[in-house]
Amino acid sequence: MILAVLISVLFVGGVLAWLSENLDPSFPKVVALTTMLISVAIMLTLLGESDSEWVASLNAQWIPRFGISFHLAADGLSTLLILLTGFLGVIAIGAAWDEINDRSGFFYFNLLWTLAGVVGVFTALDLFLFFFFWEVMLIPMYFMIAIWGHENKNYAAMKFFIFTQVTGMLMLISILMLAYFHYIQFGWLSFDYFDLLNVSTSGTVSMWMMLGFFAAFATKLPSMPFHSWLPDAHSQAPTAGSVILAGVLLKTGAYGLIRFAVPLFPEASMQFAPVAMTLAVLSILYCAKVAFAQTDIKRLIAYTSVSHMGFVMLGIYAWNEQALQGAVMTMLAHGLSAAALFMLAGGLQHRIHTRDMTHMGGFWAKVPRMSFAVLFFSIAALGMPGLGNFVGEFLALLGAFQASIPLTVAAAFGLIFASVYSLWVIQKVFHGEYRNSDFDDSHLSDLSRREMVYVASMMFGLVWMGMYPQSFLDMSEATIQGLLTATESITSMAQN
Amino acid sequence: MITSFDDLLPLLPLLIATATAVIAMVTVGIRRNYLLTAAIVIIGLILTSFVAAVMMPYTNQQITPLLIVDQYSLFFVVVCCIAATFVAILSFPYFFSLDDEREEYYLMLTVAVIGAIVMVSSNHFISALLGLETLSMSLYGMVAYPLHSKESAKYPLEASVKYLVLSGVATGFIVFGMSLIYAQTGSLAFSDLTSDAAQMNSLGENYTVVALLMIVAGMAFKLSLAPFHVWTPDVYEGSPLPATTFLATVGKAAMFVVLLRFVTISNALEFESVVTVFSLIAVASILAGNLLALLQDNIKRILAYSSIAHMGYLLIAIIAGQGTISNEAITYYLLAYVIMTLGAFAITSVVSSSEKEFDSIMDYTGLFWRNPWLSASFIAMLLSLAGIPLTVGFIGKFYIFMSGVESGLWGLLIALVIGSGIGLYYYLRIVYRMLLPVEEGLKYRIAGIESITAYGVISILVFLLLLFGIYPAPLMSLIESVSSVI
Repeated sequence: MILAVLISVLFVGGVLAWLSENLDPSFPKVVALTTMLISVAIMLTLLGESDSEWVASLNAQWIPRFGISFHLAADGLSTLLILLTGFLGVIAIGAAWDEINDRSGFFYFNLLWTLAGVVGVFTALDLFLFFFFWEVMLIPMYFMIAIWGHENKNYAAMKFFIFTQVTGMLMLISILMLAYFHYIQFGWLSFDYFDLLNVSTSGTVSMWMMLGFFAAFATKLPSMPFHSWLPDAHSQAPTAGSVILAGVLLKTGAYGLIRFAVPLFPEASMQFAPVAMTLAVLSILYCAKVAFAQTDIKRLIAYTSVSHMGFVMLGIYAWNEQALQGAVMTMLAHGLSAAALFMLAGGLQHRIHTRDMTHMGGFWAKVPRMSFAVLFFSIAALGMPGLGNFVGEFLALLGAFQASIPLTVAAAFGLIFASVYSLWVIQKVFHGEYRNSDFDDSHLSDLSRREMVYVASMMFGLVWMGMYPQSFLDMSEATIQGLLTATESITSMAQN
Repeated sequence: MITSFDDLLPLLPLLIATATAVIAMVTVGIRRNYLLTAAIVIIGLILTSFVAAVMMPYTNQQITPLLIVDQYSLFFVVVCCIAATFVAILSFPYFFSLDDEREEYYLMLTVAVIGAIVMVSSNHFISALLGLETLSMSLYGMVAYPLHSKESAKYPLEASVKYLVLSGVATGFIVFGMSLIYAQTGSLAFSDLTSDAAQMNSLGENYTVVALLMIVAGMAFKLSLAPFHVWTPDVYEGSPLPATTFLATVGKAAMFVVLLRFVTISNALEFESVVTVFSLIAVASILAGNLLALLQDNIKRILAYSSIAHMGYLLIAIIAGQGTISNEAITYYLLAYVIMTLGAFAITSVVSSSEKEFDSIMDYTGLFWRNPWLSASFIAMLLSLAGIPLTVGFIGKFYIFMSGVESGLWGLLIALVIGSGIGLYYYLRIVYRMLLPVEEGLKYRIAGIESITAYGVISILVFLLLLFGIYPAPLMSLIESVSSVI
């Protein structure tokens, strides 16, 4: 019940935020922040429950004709990701606080509805419901990019929508096929996750179904060759939109792979694993290389996102405990570091109205606090030991090493590339002579106190993850153990 | 034969609709009053749908060889009459300032509804043809209605003549096919053609296939399926908006019910070449409709092409005819199609009048900030047409996908995915237009008169769109029971 309450709080809060604009233009952000804080409080109550089992389960009939139910529940993995969503939701509202003054009511409506959709995705255990939320989170995100985006927003928003929708439909076909196989094998239609886990599939049909899921999730993650929407969406989205996109929306793809794509089709997934891992390595290396060639700071961070999410996919398809733990850890750590970098880049753009790095230089003297923050998160992103990303990527590589040595060796080069482009950005933008010939720097002020609080809280999160990752690993361990046991017979067969 | 009053009872909806037409005609003869005529017709249509809805659970009767009144036909009587009521309500402000006699329009609307009622109740070639022609004849008049108006917004004559000539040819095809089938079976009632074709003294299977393809071609024209679709955008654009709305909703739905009944009863899908032709038509419609819509800047033309694509989607469910849920899929999708198409046209209609139609997407720039409610409704309709969850269009598409998966029509499903992907682009183009900032200095204006009832219609449609999209279970069980009689 608690999850249904959580999702409805976000939905209702969104509507209230929109309506409150009529009273006073400054109300929506207050309403949105209040809603978000209430949601976080609700999320925290999930923590108290046992980690090993499904908590807060709710199962009600929805469309009995097709055996579709309104089935929500959370386990350790879902809880971690919901908490990340809540935390970044607050951060995103903070990022929008000064930036969005135009039609703010509708903006916060969309922000909260996206988050509601994301929470739904992380907790839905009926595949129809999952697909429902999967699509519901798209529309408000589309509005956010299309209305409050930058110069090329129409193109970016359209591309984002079409990519995700079309691959989503492929997933829908796979879901329907799976439900239909359940009908053939058991005599009744069901879309419930636990029912569909019992469906035995094999051969090419199973492979096609798995590919339907994979297409949707690899687009969201994103992985090569489905990644091209992401740089556009990120560079055009308003800061809060980028924070949500990078921090939370991408993780829904990884979550889908862990929860659905592999457990539902263990055999096909194991056959496909070498291909998926190769795609992951290609994403890591290619997007790191492309990132290095960018002059637009947000596009650069977007490409690094694709590169880092490659480690997540690598870890998932290695499918052993270290690798999966690494994937989850990377999801969380990257959620914070990428969100922080986008927030800082967005803040920079808000101040100087350009994202072009060729115009920037020597900002350290002018905005030391901001420069330090960027340096910190860049170092986190490049995998400095002691911060969260290192733990995640290291574990992912450690796990992947057991699955494929050559691919792991190649992926490890990603860490080196990451240092190169990260430090290059730092050097280009923050070091050297101060240059302000190409833009108006009258608004170039250092981080405000409020921004400092957000940045500091994200720093704290990354340090915590880096110094004491066990608190996070413990939460996801039960889920991962469960998934590994369930697929054990098939994976051990595939590896021998 | 009709021998007693009891036999007449199932025909009550048809009789009420006919009486409405007669009363409206007499009233016009006595005293011309626009509001009165409209009110008579609207009340008559609501009464018809109400009676049909009440009869629905009990009635399942063949009345004379010509008409079958069963749950399925009554369901579509309700759908068609309510849709026609909405069209009538939307027509009122649209034609309010027409500089010509305005009352006869409602007469033709009512007669067209009678045609639609006959069509959905027919399982005989004669009644199907009679119904079809009654509907089409009235539509020629409705399309050309503002003809004498000096300031008519569009080209009603061109549209009407185009529709008349091409529709006549299509009817010719259908009649030719019917006569071939008659030569084979000796009966004009829909019957199982597979058994006839296999008989010793029959003219052979190829002969039946030719006959079937003639009928299919004629029906495909009326449904504007590719490659028989070329008339659609011109007629949609040239007609006055309420006539377009009627043609696109009631006209298509009634025709599709005839096609469904005919294909089901005749077992036409047993012939492999018929399935091939259906599949080709479906793919061609999906691709042609969606691709050509990309090039349009006129909302009526965009919706015309999108309706071609939607008819292609529906055809997938027809091809999946052996499956258990294909009839339900067709019924649900038809209803969804009627709701969302009616809604999209209704929004264009409330801002337009017979003198000035705002049908370019440029006219909708910034509508979201000028009139959020109207624009939000439009966005809901467009997202539903695109098949996004929370809307009835998504559940409809879900049904089509399900029926396709059940029958293993992978190629057609891929066409559906590609088509929907392309479709997103032109629907979102309109949405994006509405989200743009309002241009300075442009005053928000509408043609014609503001009508609260028209806004009421839009509200009802949005409500149904969301209700059937979020909580479809009751409607699904209703459709499950009515579809089982086919």
